Amino acid sequence: MAETQTPQPAPLTKKDFKSDQEVRWCPGCGDYAILNSVQALMATLGIPRHQICFVSGIGCSSRFPYYMNTYGFHSIHGRAPAIATGIKTANPELSVWLVTGDGDGLSIGGNHMAHILRRNVDLKILLFNNEIYGLTKGQYSPTSPIGLKTKSTPMGSVDRPFDPLSFALGCGATFVARTIDSHLKHMEQILSAAAHHKGTAFVEIYQNCVIFNDACFENFAEKGVRDEHTIDLKPGHPMVFGKGLDKGIKIEGWEPKIVPAAQADTWKSDTHSPGPAFVMSTLHHDPAMPRPIGILRDVKAPIFEEAVHEQIRAARSKRGEGTLKELIYSGETWSVG
Amino acid sequence: MSQPKNPGSELPLQQQEEVVIRFAGDSGDGMQITGNQFTLTSAIIGNDLATFPDFPAEIRAPAGTRPGVSGFQVRFGSADIHTPGDQPDVLVAMNPAALIVNINDLKPGGVVVVNTGQFSDSDLKKANLAKNPLKDGTLAAYRVIEIDINKRVTDALKGTPLSSKEIQRCKNFYTLGLMYWLYSRPLEATTKWLDEKFAKRPELAQANKLAMQAGYNAGDIHEMFQGRFEVAPCETLPPGTYRNIMGNDALAIGLVTGAKLANLQIFLGSYPITPASGILETLASYKNHGVITFQAEDEIAAICSALGAAYAGHLGITSTSGPGMALKSEAMGLAVSIELPLVIVDIQRGGPSTGLPTKTEQADLLQAIFGRNSEAPIPVIAASMPSDAFETAIEAVRIATTYMTPVILLSDGYIANGAEPWRLPKIEDLKPFPKSFMTSAPEGGFLPYARDQHLARPWVKPGTPGLEHRVGGLEKAHLTGHISYEPENHEFMVRMRNNKVMGVRESIPTPNVFGDSTGDLLIVGWGSTRGAITSAVEKLHAKRRRVSSLHLRHVWPLPKGLDKIFGCFQSILVPEMNMGQMARVLRSEYPQHNIISYPKVQGLPFRTTELVAKVESLLEK
Repeated sequence: MAETQTPQPAPLTKKDFKSDQEVRWCPGCGDYAILNSVQALMATLGIPRHQICFVSGIGCSSRFPYYMNTYGFHSIHGRAPAIATGIKTANPELSVWLVTGDGDGLSIGGNHMAHILRRNVDLKILLFNNEIYGLTKGQYSPTSPIGLKTKSTPMGSVDRPFDPLSFALGCGATFVARTIDSHLKHMEQILSAAAHHKGTAFVEIYQNCVIFNDACFENFAEKGVRDEHTIDLKPGHPMVFGKGLDKGIKIEGWEPKIVPAAQADTWKSDTHSPGPAFVMSTLHHDPAMPRPIGILRDVKAPIFEEAVHEQIRAARSKRGEGTLKELIYSGETWSVG
Repeated sequence: MSQPKNPGSELPLQQQEEVVIRFAGDSGDGMQITGNQFTLTSAIIGNDLATFPDFPAEIRAPAGTRPGVSGFQVRFGSADIHTPGDQPDVLVAMNPAALIVNINDLKPGGVVVVNTGQFSDSDLKKANLAKNPLKDGTLAAYRVIEIDINKRVTDALKGTPLSSKEIQRCKNFYTLGLMYWLYSRPLEATTKWLDEKFAKRPELAQANKLAMQAGYNAGDIHEMFQGRFEVAPCETLPPGTYRNIMGNDALAIGLVTGAKLANLQIFLGSYPITPASGILETLASYKNHGVITFQAEDEIAAICSALGAAYAGHLGITSTSGPGMALKSEAMGLAVSIELPLVIVDIQRGGPSTGLPTKTEQADLLQAIFGRNSEAPIPVIAASMPSDAFETAIEAVRIATTYMTPVILLSDGYIANGAEPWRLPKIEDLKPFPKSFMTSAPEGGFLPYARDQHLARPWVKPGTPGLEHRVGGLEKAHLTGHISYEPENHEFMVRMRNNKVMGVRESIPTPNVFGDSTGDLLIVGWGSTRGAITSAVEKLHAKRRRVSSLHLRHVWPLPKGLDKIFGCFQSILVPEMNMGQMARVLRSEYPQHNIISYPKVQGLPFRTTELVAKVESLLEK
């Protein structure tokens, strides 16, 4: 008998994930680099295009789904987590990606963000943080620093910002990471780790808005200063930074201290308590400390939609598949005539 | 615990055609359970009936106060029953507050059963009463039966392991037993219910059964009543199998039925809100039917998750009440724009704002039809009775899936919590309307916004190879669905979406006129006013008034043929529990007719007598 071989589809390339729509971000926007990285990542995952769905809210970042040649849903401001929860729960087979921004995901949609993280729906969240409202042309956002002068804060913002990583950790997120749009290699590693996490992965991407908040990350994210002013948290590796990786971080009590590299603590992203991750998420609140990037937390927890479908399976096996007759003719019934 | 032989046999047994009983007590007294049990038993022995639970928004308002009074009215009879009745024949008052709040509704000469065990000076004070109404002539027009139920229950349950507090919580079953005796009802159904309810606390089941039996026996022993009554089974109910059903349950069963007929699985996204929470709870119990229920973090997430599930190929449903509707309106606009099926259930309650959470109203009509930004047409349909909620829910699913559109399904607190016997449909009479998904590109290529004969676009499940596409709230180009800001395309799409929704009227019947097709006055109703309108028209016919009625299930778009029907009457009267919203819609659609609004906004349904009086006053003019 002749052996028949199932024809294998040709492996996908980055190009396969580019849609036919013209990309309409401002020239020089950090979104281009992210789009490029995500398209490249998709080609490595071994998931066919039709099994992938990108969901977004409103804002510059939320145009993302239009540029991906996959299924996509550009929704309304802040609500992408709720829509994505519905999609993933209805069809757990899909690989669902949620693209949002600091305003969309943390201001108008902050409530939904909190709840999707605590539920641990198995989908990936990319939060583009540019510390500004871009699409509405330059008002301050919930991550803008105090004192930022914008169109809506002519004398400087008086709002205390919050830190997206601390927020996600507080919500019980099972994967929390940060990367930078201009740090392509790092972004690739982090996106890949997020893609392979089982559960909600929350990735904050520092994304430069060239028009309304240009260079807001330059004092730590630029290539020349990055080594000295960021620390890449790699699970299982010592917490070291600096040009020659000569400096390290040691947590004494609750206080992180800068120490020689040899004395640095080994970073653990899966501690029982999210305490160490929380400490590291606020590291840079001390101006002498580097900005944390990398993987802050990576733990296992029950998956929301799996539990939902498990209950349905259990109900069916206990009571049998529901029929119309059983549905309608239940409770106390009686006959007339 | 056997029933006495020939209970009450020495007392005369009188036949009555119908009776209205109102159970009233503190919100912790279990009056809703009492009323529901009396209803269940009456339904099982074959009476037609209707119920009206009326309770405060507070779970336990301060005990003994007037705001804490909870009531349950049931009307049962051997002839057709359309409403829970205007005035009770019997009032059961468990405390002074319940007595004083309800006594003015009692029919003159009616019976009031009073629990004197709860009439101490401090009880009177809690009810804000300076004098004892049992002694000051307040009850002179009624037949008063005084029983110290507190003491009777304590005596009856002596020797049980229950604490005195637990014993007092059995008072409602004593009352129920007494009413079962008075109206010659069997105790079996409630006995069975107690055994199931308290399966894990058999001592509580036993105590409540003892209390019920004591109440039943008291009728015989204590000679409080001059006679007993019998209300024969209703002979005019059409043959069939029946069950007693509350509106919210019927609606939930209708949604599951609709989904099965459409060959879809349900995803309900909902957030708890009175009086809609029952739909979430009931659907959550249908997991073996494949129903997914998601209690979202808020009203917006509730509808958005349902819309996400609709995109993924499920029947998306969200259920709420007026304040939740307001929060969902932006997402409804998105559903209009991306043209996916979605059923939005609004169990209306009194407003504005938090308003009267447990009371009924029909004031979300204009919000449902018009309450979204920009041009966002959505078909709106309304249930009229508890059992009608079943059929209306199926109709909502049919319209949503046939036309690829969100549909708003209106009910209200009166329907949601009211109950009536439901003649169950034969399964073979439920006609399937299976929805098909597009699974491969048609000839000429896949166009996400191409349209069928209903102007509906194709439904593609993500996961389908070759049909990857993007949807969103930005305006779309005709056919391709790409983002388009072209002026002409926008107007074309606005008109297209409106034409699609208005096209629903091609698939809905012209409503029947109840009564003659010509006359002096046509009462046009929608929603839960149907029972009261039907009763009023029957009474007016008996008075030889040339009055008919017509009830609208489809409130937007309106069915065809109304103009012709309206033209056969001098004037059109529109009673509704709002300030005249449907009248406003009808005047704008049919300006050539004399449309008279009859608003009522008290958080209470119309009484038949009010409608009769209104019609007669109009006809006198």
